[in-house]
Amino acid sequence: MKHSAAKRKKNVIASFFESIGQIFKNIGVTFVEGDIKTKLSFLIFGLGPILRGQVLIGAALLLLEALFFCYMFGFGWQYLSKITTLGTVATQKVGRKTVYGDNSFLILLFGVLSIFAIIAILVIWYLNIQENRKEELLLKEGKRLPSNRTVFLSLFDKNFDKTLLALPVTGIFVFTVLPIVFMILVAFTNYDKNHQSPTNLFTWVGLENFKNLVSFGKTGIGGTFVQVLAWTLVWAFFATFIDYFLGLAVAMLINKKEIKFKKLWRTILVMTIAVPQFVSLLYVMKMFANDGLINGYLIKWGIIDSYIPFWTDPMLARITIIVVNIWIGIPYMMLIATGLLMNIPEDLYESARIDGASGWQMFRSITLPYMLFVTGPFLLTQFTGNLNNFNVIYLLTQGKPQSMSLAEKAGYSDLLVTWLYKMTVNDTNYKMAAVIGIMVFVVTAVITLVVYNMLPSVKDEEGFQ
Amino acid sequence: MNKSYKTKRKISTAISYVLLVLISIIWLFPFVGLVLQSFRSYKTEFGGMVDYLVPHSFSLDNYRFLFSGETNFILWYRNTLVIAFFVTIFQTIIVLCVSYALSRMRFKGRTILMRFWLVLGMFPGFLTMICLYFLLKMLGLTQAGAVPGLILVSIASCGMGYYVCKGYFDTIPKALDEAARIDGATRARIFFTMTIPMSKPIIIYTALVAFMAPWCDYVFASYVAFGHDKSYNVAVAMTRWVWTNDYQGYFTRFCAGGVLIAVPVTLLFMFLQKYYVEGVTGGAVKG
Repeated sequence: MKHSAAKRKKNVIASFFESIGQIFKNIGVTFVEGDIKTKLSFLIFGLGPILRGQVLIGAALLLLEALFFCYMFGFGWQYLSKITTLGTVATQKVGRKTVYGDNSFLILLFGVLSIFAIIAILVIWYLNIQENRKEELLLKEGKRLPSNRTVFLSLFDKNFDKTLLALPVTGIFVFTVLPIVFMILVAFTNYDKNHQSPTNLFTWVGLENFKNLVSFGKTGIGGTFVQVLAWTLVWAFFATFIDYFLGLAVAMLINKKEIKFKKLWRTILVMTIAVPQFVSLLYVMKMFANDGLINGYLIKWGIIDSYIPFWTDPMLARITIIVVNIWIGIPYMMLIATGLLMNIPEDLYESARIDGASGWQMFRSITLPYMLFVTGPFLLTQFTGNLNNFNVIYLLTQGKPQSMSLAEKAGYSDLLVTWLYKMTVNDTNYKMAAVIGIMVFVVTAVITLVVYNMLPSVKDEEGFQ
Repeated sequence: MNKSYKTKRKISTAISYVLLVLISIIWLFPFVGLVLQSFRSYKTEFGGMVDYLVPHSFSLDNYRFLFSGETNFILWYRNTLVIAFFVTIFQTIIVLCVSYALSRMRFKGRTILMRFWLVLGMFPGFLTMICLYFLLKMLGLTQAGAVPGLILVSIASCGMGYYVCKGYFDTIPKALDEAARIDGATRARIFFTMTIPMSKPIIIYTALVAFMAPWCDYVFASYVAFGHDKSYNVAVAMTRWVWTNDYQGYFTRFCAGGVLIAVPVTLLFMFLQKYYVEGVTGGAVKG
């Protein structure tokens, strides 16, 4: 097993280098064997195709090249050239005049964009060479090149995927990939409230912030980080599994043959999905407040003497959050389980009943294994979703109760994501927010990888026996 | 069947009903409270928190306040509606396009793209907040322009949420596509005249989920529209009424607003519940 895995790994690396070699070989062969049109295309993209009548492809390539140089010389280069220092001249006020200098934020953002642009133009350059090669070979064989009309129409047939994906991929690049790369790099700078460009430039600091994260002394935030991380994992565990089993139980309860008005019960439960969370959760938050409804009635009825600090006691706040989350979480599981439970063949239960199995035994040996098998991937996504469950925590407690013993204004019910949010919005401590963000990614990725490979439905795709 | 078995059955059914009624009460209690509080008279009982459920006197004070023009409630409501409307339309289109391409077409880099998006999805969304804010600011889409800005950000990255829809497309037999292609239909034609008409449930599911999300969008909306009351959405605007101490006495008004927001959204959801269940169940099993 191990041996074959190692072999496969080697193969992956080997084939990677092989394909790189192939690319260089292609470029060389195309240049050597190519005619003058092809050779010129190495400098002027798309010249070959244009001269051969493939105006559409050629013009597109040429346009991309032109765009690249316009961007680079008109805009990108001034930022890219300063990316190693992130700027040296701060914007200052000299007398009454403002003298503009560098802006670290822009340098970093557009520097990254420029690097992406360079990678893109290299890819386009290679595509351009390939296109030339393809055309030349076709012509050599005495075949005709496809007409411009055919090329255009292929965008709706053979190349329809490119038409469909162009916009979404661009959107994801600009609004997700670029910002994520930017923020990952911010984790290696000192961008915080004391270094707000353009008046105070920020710069690279290496692994300084990560050292801060794992240092447990007076200045480090290691202790707080471990605490918040632990609560995040505990929360995700309870929120996922309590909801899972209770939701399953409720679904089985409603699925019972004797129960009437099945639709009514389900509709009542689904109310918590339907009503926007900020309305329902904020109301529930007030219900459990010290001067809220629940405490009010408990005192009135003489059950307690003074209010229960649902949100202000650290431990109690955490328990209350998990309990309130049950209210939100059960309906989802109930909906999913309802459909799946009906898939279990009735004769399985029938024969178990004849063998004298009790209800609990049937649940343990038929229902539960089946459900766990089928919903394995769902449980995983629920778990990682709960790790990042911002709404429930933030609307209920905003991460409070706060404590002086925790660094960076973290509270006892803060998840990593709510902590990250507070750092960004309240403290503009971007460097540490970026570090925490990377940590969230690491935690999510590790859990996903480990659990995914352990799932029975992944190991054994044949299905449930 | 013997008698004791029958009585046992009856008792267990009775217990089940008692449980269900209890659960229903717990589930509906906050909503009943919300509605009752929204009708509490502002003049005689003030608008703050109280420790009783049923108001002493009912009135429409709170609703009248929302429409009186003292706040921008109507504007906030309209903003949210506009955002929800455009996000629904564009998100549905984009998700359909991406799902079709990934489900039906086999192109170079397909699996790499899917894996890359999966990894991207593991980064917390708020990480990119400041960068997105800056990008929007460059385009002039913050503060006063927050509404189009929020629409843009929502739809720009929605292509990554293709899982459920692609899973549905995967269940449509490929033989249908093949047959149509032999008859000379192009990919685009198959997509528009065959796949889309066959996917009504998943289109409704996608649209419904897209429509519901903006009503809860607090995090990014509050950041982008910061300090510009007129471009708040309902979540940002009304959350202040509950959190900030300056707004003591706004609690019943929050309830009234909450009812006005929850009723249409809930009705729509209930109306389309069937499709929602279908989408959620399908997505969960395929993972």
